[in-house]
This record gives sequence, C-alpha cells and structure tokens, in this order.
Amino acid sequence: MISDMRIHVDSERGCLNITVGGTWRLSPERPEEIQRALQLVNEPQITGVLIKEDGLSTWDSSLLVFLVQIVRSARERKIALDLQLSEGLNRLIALAFEVKSQQGSQRERHLPGFLEGIGEKVLSVFPRLTDFLEFLGDVVSALSRFVLGRATMRKQDFLSALHECSIQALPIVAVTNLLFGLILAFVGAVQLTQFGVQIYVAGLVGIGMLRVMGAVMVGIVMSGRVGASYAALLGTMQVNEEIDALTTLGISPVEFLILPRILALVLMVPLLTIYADLMGIFGGYLVGTIMLDIPPVQYLNATMSMVKFSHGLIGLVYATMFGFVIALAGCYQGLRCGRSAQAVGQATTTAVVHSIVGIIVMTAIITIICNVLGI
Amino acid sequence: MTQSPKLSNPTLISVRDLTVGYGSFILMKSISFEVKAGEICFITGGSGCGKSTLLKVLMGLKSPKMGQVLYGDEDFWKADANARQAIKRNTGVLFQSGALWSSMTLAENVALPLQQYTDLSQEQIAELASLKLALTGLAGFEDYYPSEISGGMRKRAGLARALALDPAILFLDEPSAGLDPVSSRHLDDLILELRDTLKATFMIVSHELDSIFAIADKIIYLDNQTRTIQAQGDPRRLKEDPETALCALDFLTRGAAGKALEKSNCEKTGS
Repeated sequence: MISDMRIHVDSERGCLNITVGGTWRLSPERPEEIQRALQLVNEPQITGVLIKEDGLSTWDSSLLVFLVQIVRSARERKIALDLQLSEGLNRLIALAFEVKSQQGSQRERHLPGFLEGIGEKVLSVFPRLTDFLEFLGDVVSALSRFVLGRATMRKQDFLSALHECSIQALPIVAVTNLLFGLILAFVGAVQLTQFGVQIYVAGLVGIGMLRVMGAVMVGIVMSGRVGASYAALLGTMQVNEEIDALTTLGISPVEFLILPRILALVLMVPLLTIYADLMGIFGGYLVGTIMLDIPPVQYLNATMSMVKFSHGLIGLVYATMFGFVIALAGCYQGLRCGRSAQAVGQATTTAVVHSIVGIIVMTAIITIICNVLGI
Repeated sequence: MTQSPKLSNPTLISVRDLTVGYGSFILMKSISFEVKAGEICFITGGSGCGKSTLLKVLMGLKSPKMGQVLYGDEDFWKADANARQAIKRNTGVLFQSGALWSSMTLAENVALPLQQYTDLSQEQIAELASLKLALTGLAGFEDYYPSEISGGMRKRAGLARALALDPAILFLDEPSAGLDPVSSRHLDDLILELRDTLKATFMIVSHELDSIFAIADKIIYLDNQTRTIQAQGDPRRLKEDPETALCALDFLTRGAAGKALEKSNCEKTGS
C-alpha cells in the first residue's frame, strides 16, 4: 500500500497544533513536518501541545513512533498535552508509557581506553588464576576419590569417552602421523644425502617420532577433536541447566562429568602415541626405501640400533601430560561457560587455543627437565 | 472486555484437509478450520497431540503431507518463493523459549527484521525498536543481551521482535508457559490490546485455561486418540454445549476440575 502521510503543524500563542491524516506506512521518506514538529515541541515558547486526527485511514508503527516521541517530549517538559485521537491510538500511546523505564536499567556504552584496558586485563589475571587453581583442586580431589573407589562416576560415561578418543580418532592420527613421518624424512634426507649418511634418516625419524613428535602430533589432533567437543558439550549442558541439575542433586559435576573424560584422555593419548609413532616410522621407511634406495632390512636395523627404549618412555610421559592438559582445558572452559550460544562458541575456541599452548609449554618444560637430567 | 471480531471480517487463514506427520508416521489428519481477520484463535489439546507441529506448518517451517494452508487466496505450500516471502513478511512469531539471538542486544534483535525487510534509516529503526520494547514493557533494556534478563522478559522481548514489522498475523507458541500468573495476565491484556488497536490476528498454542476463557474468540481442540480436530469454536459456547462436553470440553472442564481438586488438597494439607 502506498504511504500518504498527511501532517499539518502550526503553532499559535504558544500552542503546538499537530493534525495527522491519510495513510501512514513505514517508509524511509517522511514528511519534513515530522522533523519540524519534533523540534518545535522542545522550543521554550511552546507551552501546550494539541494532537488531533483528520481523515486518518490506516496507520502503523510509523505514526505511533512519531506520536510517542511528541508525547514523551511534552511530558518531559511538563507542558499541557491534549490528545484528540481515536481510542486505539490513545491506548497504544498509553501502553508505551505504562511500564516506566526501570531505574538503573539504562546503560551507558563505555569503551575502556588503552591503559584502562591493560589495567582491566592485568586485574582479571589473578581471579582467573585462582579460579583455575580451584578447578584443578576439585579435579585432584575427584581423582583421589576415584582411587579410593568413592567417586560418583558412571561406567557408561567412561566407556563412551574412551570410544570417542580412541577408535574414532585412529584414522586421523594415522594420516597425520604417516605424513609427518614422510615430511621429517624428506627434510632430513636433503641434508644427510649431502654427507652420504642417508641411513641416519632412520634414526632421525625414529628418535624424533618416539621421543616427542608423535606425542605432539597426537596432542594437537586430539585438542582439536576431543578438547573442543568436551568444551562444547559441557558448555551446552551449562546453557541447558543440566550442570545445575547435577549440583542440586548433590552430585559433583567434576566427578560425574569431568573425571571420566580426563581418565579417558590420560589413558588413550599414550596408546594413540604408540600407534602414531609406528605410523611416523612407517612414513620414514617409505621415504628411505623408495626415495633413498636404502634396503628395507638395513633401514629397520638402523632404526632398531639407534632408537632406545628410553626414547619411547619419554614420549609416553609427554603423551600422558598432554592428555591431562587437553582434558583439563576442554572441561574447564566448558564448565565455566556462559549461558548463551555465543559463550559456547567462545568456550570451544578458548579450549583449543589453551590446550595447544599448554602442549607447547609442557613440551618445553619436559624437554628442559630431560636435558638437565641428561636423559 | 474482549471485543469479538465481527462475523463479516474476511477469512485470513483457511486450512483444508491437512495431514501432517514425520516419515511414515501420521501425527494429524483431516485438519480443517478457518480463522477470520482480528480473531484470537487458540490451538489446544493434550501433550504430544501436535499443537506445535501444526503451528510450524502454518508458519511455513514444516511442510504438510497433504492439504492446503491458504492465506487469503494464496496456498502457502504451492506458492512461489516471492509469494511465500510476502506472506512471511506479514507474520510474526514468538517461539516458546523466546529464541532471541544471544549475540545481539534486545534492540538489535528487534531491529533485524526491520533491517531485512524495510529501507528505513538506522535512526528510524532504532526508534521503532525502542517503541516495540516499550510496548512490551521493556523500556530501557535496549542494550541488554538476552542472557542478562529474566525468562519472562525474554519472552516479552520475543514478542517485541514478532511485532517489529506490524504483522497482520502473530503466531505465539506457549506464550505464557513459565510465566507467573500476573505476567501471564498482563500478556493476555497485551494480546487483546494489540488485536483491538493494530487489528492483528493471533494463532496461539497454549493450554492455559484461564487465558483461553479470558481472551480466545475461537479454540481448535486437537485430540490425541483420533489424531484430528475434535471440536472448534467459541470456548465459552463449547463449554456449555452438552454435545461437545464429552470430548474437547472434557479436557477443559477436567482441567478446571483438576485445579479445584488441587486447591482442596492444598487446603486439606494446610489445615
């Protein structure tokens, strides 16, 4: 329907007369009289407002929003107001003012300055740190209750968590580590062939994968695959008040939801790492035998002689720690998630970022410790 | 007091011989009814009888297996994309949980339909969003996010969003579920007010008997057993009609009787 907004505005002897008529439809073009009326109503010489209708046929919110603005200004200035309008319009205007804007509900948008922003960040570090330590304490106490056989944990939850981070993760772990073994061998081969010692590719790949790289690769894959899913799952449970429901029943969410997931990852990441190591070594073997023409038996013998059992053990220490870090980051973010869809998204992203950073920091720490101990 | 729409009002929604289901499962069959412009029509019935699903078919979220949903003369499910868009532009929906977009403030939630469908300036849109929020009693909450307000307020904000485009038809899915009796009563008054002033038509899924008797012009009672409409019409008249007392109004009267029973039990416990 075409909009035919009719409005007449005049002021005489301090009284603002507004007459509306025609058809009012939402439209970007508005009569200039609307703006004039909105300005006039705030002029000091205006001491009264009369709004009436003349030949008003159909109208929508475009008329209502204009009238409400005039009425609001008139009320704020405490000037006389006379509404000679149809019952429907009068009632809607009354409805718009029925519930007063609640005190303190209005918000000022405040963007912190540069220094204020830094200050806020620094001040938020300590509470966040204590909150995380509190969570870590809960986890440790849940683990000790588990060891004593007193934890409230369902076997099914543990088994399904195991399933999620074991068999389901095998294909992606295989592909990434096979390719990583290939890449490692390729990079090594280019340098080592120059000295004619390409057989050392076997040692490079074997030691590299077993000692640290297998565990790191599994850690990164699992933080994207499982850590993110833990955060999203627990976050959604938080939004749906499922975690509150557990708490009110007196069941610890840490024991019931988080313990099975931590145990599953701590158990499975080392096992996946053994599998990843084998896949990586197989990748190196392919490069060694096909590209560098090393006889298969010689390649395997070289691997066996250069790789020590302790390398594998150190790799498993890394893997166990990574499993713990990933589960901790995912569960912590999920449990501390806000109550909106956006918060779930944020929790998931933060969980992945924190677990990858955690993996790298943990790698550095263990490497330095091994170096100091000379192993 | 309810001003029932005149009988001469044109028919706005006609549903003819509708069959609705999931896969091979038939949830409802032979559903036919008409709603006139300006009517407040309640869809009611026991849990699981398909009230919300019927509303989804009417809103265009789920296609029926058979039958027609006519808006004026246009069959929604046979219409082309443009015609469907035009029908949707003319409808507003309040979902059961409010379904506000959590990453947007209340004002932004209400403004989005206006940005999508109109060429209004940002300033005009902001004014309209504030007006709709004020009409639903949320003046001053423009900059709040849905997670920062109460459930009842979320519902009212959902209604403000549904009203954004001044739609001719409003679909409300359990509008008073989870609200306290006073808020629920206010919502009923608001629905009446909007019907009388903006001439909007309401299709409401609810089993709140108080609301039904207070504001409904018409109810459509779906039955779990027969999987179809068992009674339709003015709830007050249906309640007095001995013919229908056995089916639909059994639900209504039993509901009322149930409440009376609960009350007497409470009194007994109290004494």
